[in-house]
Amino acid sequence: MNYISIKNNQTILLSDIPESNYEWFYDKNIDLVTGHPERHCVNYFGYKSGNNIKLICCIADDLTHEILISTCLVNKAHDLESFTNKLLCFEKFEREIHENFGINYIDHPWLKPVRYANNRFDKSRVIANYPFYSIDSEELHEVGVGPIHAGIIEPGHFRFICNGEQILHLEIQLGYQHRGIEQLFIKNKKLLQRATLAESIAGDTAVGHSVTFAHVWESLCDFQTTRDIEFSRTLALELERLAIHVGDLSGVCTDIAYQLGSSVFGRLRTPIINFLQEWGGNRLAKGLIRPGRNQFPFTPALGQRLKQVLDIFEPEFNEMVEKLFSLPSALSRFERTGVVSNADALSIGAVGMAARMTNVNRDIRSSHPFSLYHDLNHHPILKRHGDVYSRVQIRREEVEQSISYIRKLISEIEPFIVQDGILKTPKPNSFCLSLVEGWRGEICHCALTDKNGELMLYKIKDPSFHNWLALALSVRNNEISDFPICNKSFNLSYSGHDL
Amino acid sequence: MIDNIKIVFHQGKQFIPNPTTVEVPGVFRGRPVISHEKVNEAELLNLCPTDAITNNPISIDLGKCTFCGECARCFPEKISFSKDYKLSSNERNRLIIMEGDDKQIEVNPDTVRKEIHRIFGKSLKLRQISAGGDNSCEWELGAANNVQFDMSRYGIDFVASPRHADGIVITGPITKNMADAVQICYDATPDPKIIVLVGTDAISGGIFAESTAIDRSFLEKYPVDLYIPGNPAHPLTIINGLLDLTRKH
Ligand code: SF4
Repeated sequence: MNYISIKNNQTILLSDIPESNYEWFYDKNIDLVTGHPERHCVNYFGYKSGNNIKLICCIADDLTHEILISTCLVNKAHDLESFTNKLLCFEKFEREIHENFGINYIDHPWLKPVRYANNRFDKSRVIANYPFYSIDSEELHEVGVGPIHAGIIEPGHFRFICNGEQILHLEIQLGYQHRGIEQLFIKNKKLLQRATLAESIAGDTAVGHSVTFAHVWESLCDFQTTRDIEFSRTLALELERLAIHVGDLSGVCTDIAYQLGSSVFGRLRTPIINFLQEWGGNRLAKGLIRPGRNQFPFTPALGQRLKQVLDIFEPEFNEMVEKLFSLPSALSRFERTGVVSNADALSIGAVGMAARMTNVNRDIRSSHPFSLYHDLNHHPILKRHGDVYSRVQIRREEVEQSISYIRKLISEIEPFIVQDGILKTPKPNSFCLSLVEGWRGEICHCALTDKNGELMLYKIKDPSFHNWLALALSVRNNEISDFPICNKSFNLSYSGHDL
Repeated sequence: MIDNIKIVFHQGKQFIPNPTTVEVPGVFRGRPVISHEKVNEAELLNLCPTDAITNNPISIDLGKCTFCGECARCFPEKISFSKDYKLSSNERNRLIIMEGDDKQIEVNPDTVRKEIHRIFGKSLKLRQISAGGDNSCEWELGAANNVQFDMSRYGIDFVASPRHADGIVITGPITKNMADAVQICYDATPDPKIIVLVGTDAISGGIFAESTAIDRSFLEKYPVDLYIPGNPAHPLTIINGLLDLTRKH
């Protein structure tokens, strides 16, 4: 067997990952994923090892709750066959490897820059010259939007090829938000700096990314967390999910010009994020999660407060959501708009909501459980149609589910256990992988340490890395006027993608 | 129809009657207060993730601070965070809080450009640019105009085009990949125009200050009219900052 099987949050020695030649590495990983919807690639990346590039591929198996890690050393002088030619879900990973190291793939169909990373191999490629796909035709026209958009949102460029009002093709070009986070993880040596970086990967997922980082770090340092720490993390993750889903319902209402829904959902987000501030001093929960410690213990008084907040929130949310789902004018905009088929979602490796909307059962909370999700016995909410309506339904039902989890959690608050909070240095020559289900979907962080236990590589994968392509596919054959609602129903991260 | 009226009725009054005086609930890390207590200074300086703390005398630069609260956690006798959310100023050095300081941070009316009150005192339309922002300050800028904070009541709005704007609001440390777009957007905004920086990342680069992927040369070319600190900046900090800049005489 030329791979090693690990569990979520497990640290192993780098030398425990069996190395094979590219041929085997290629065959085996393709074989693992082909025809196995329960397996998908959670991370695939390279790093410099002397004059060569070491590739590490991580395939998660949702049925056995294992992650299969394999590695291979390649020389960039040799062109490689691409996984993508066989399986589209490797598309972006290989583009990233190509962009960062100059490895050439002979049969990759779309070998374009991913984010114009600062440490890219070919500095002559600049973001202003992105090679957009275009069709030479008298009938078709192109619409370019961005990088700066009309609202208060992050930058990215959308290039539509349209036939009249109808979208034939959308290409999404990202990279504008690239801040060099992975390099800063290595450069900044203080743990607090790294924790701060983790919560800035995507500020709307501060909890998701900082829990993932905390899990990686604690595993590397062989630190056993106590239940109160994991209690706070589970609760914070569900509060974040709740807040964002409600906010996004507001956004969807704005995009169909339903003013009442837009205002009511918009303001319903406030009590939830204000509660996060009451708990940890920050509305977006920055500073709440720290490795090795329970920064803001959740007290019974806070539990009481949260119960009050939910008691008021719930009927107001239900009233509004029932109204929205009974409006023919709203439903007609949601139904059959922005469809992604089950086959497409599987082929591109969609994760999180973007997978569950089309009956792909991918949810780390149940497949690779962490924190207190073992006890919550989580069952993912699945829809079948893959349209805006499915995504809006998922938001609604996940809000209800989160509320029930939060109520369950606060009915039995884990008492605070005082700890010294001192973490050992990370194990040397090690590899750790951590998966967390954030509100958008699966977050994956991988860390590698050198012989002194210093971070040598930190790889971050936001769910948006996979799911931007789902958005691009969803708008095909839709009217361009439906783009905003498709976009909002996914609400993907630019900064999480660009790093 | 009846349902709609019911929903509106159940919502009650949501708006904050006076966003300049309202109190924030629970814990909030606003303006820090630094005592004269003697502590291990080397340790204090070293724990800060963004080197926001300096000594002789001990001071905190809110343009660099991420409001993580670690200094107050480790040295509660030395540093505490008040709930004061009025943190903005037009002068960069007013964001530096010294040992013993306990006064509000304000815009200095004497150094505000003359045309700002006259032209933007009653109406201000802004174009927001996220240039490496992590979507947290962006959320809070959006929240500043929701039904609760309702910044529009003061005639302050965000607009879609720089051509309609009186100025730009930058969030994020300004990445190399966004540097051109920031310049193009600024050039497209008609004169007179203002520049507002929102959030620690925009003001100093924050945790990204050392990154080689950012390019802050734009800020060397033009004067900044307002700094609004925070990580992210609270909607009340944003509203009060903009009011202080445009309304104070
Ligand atoms: S709160 Fe500000 S000054 Fe204190 S440690 Fe954090 S970043 Fe530094």
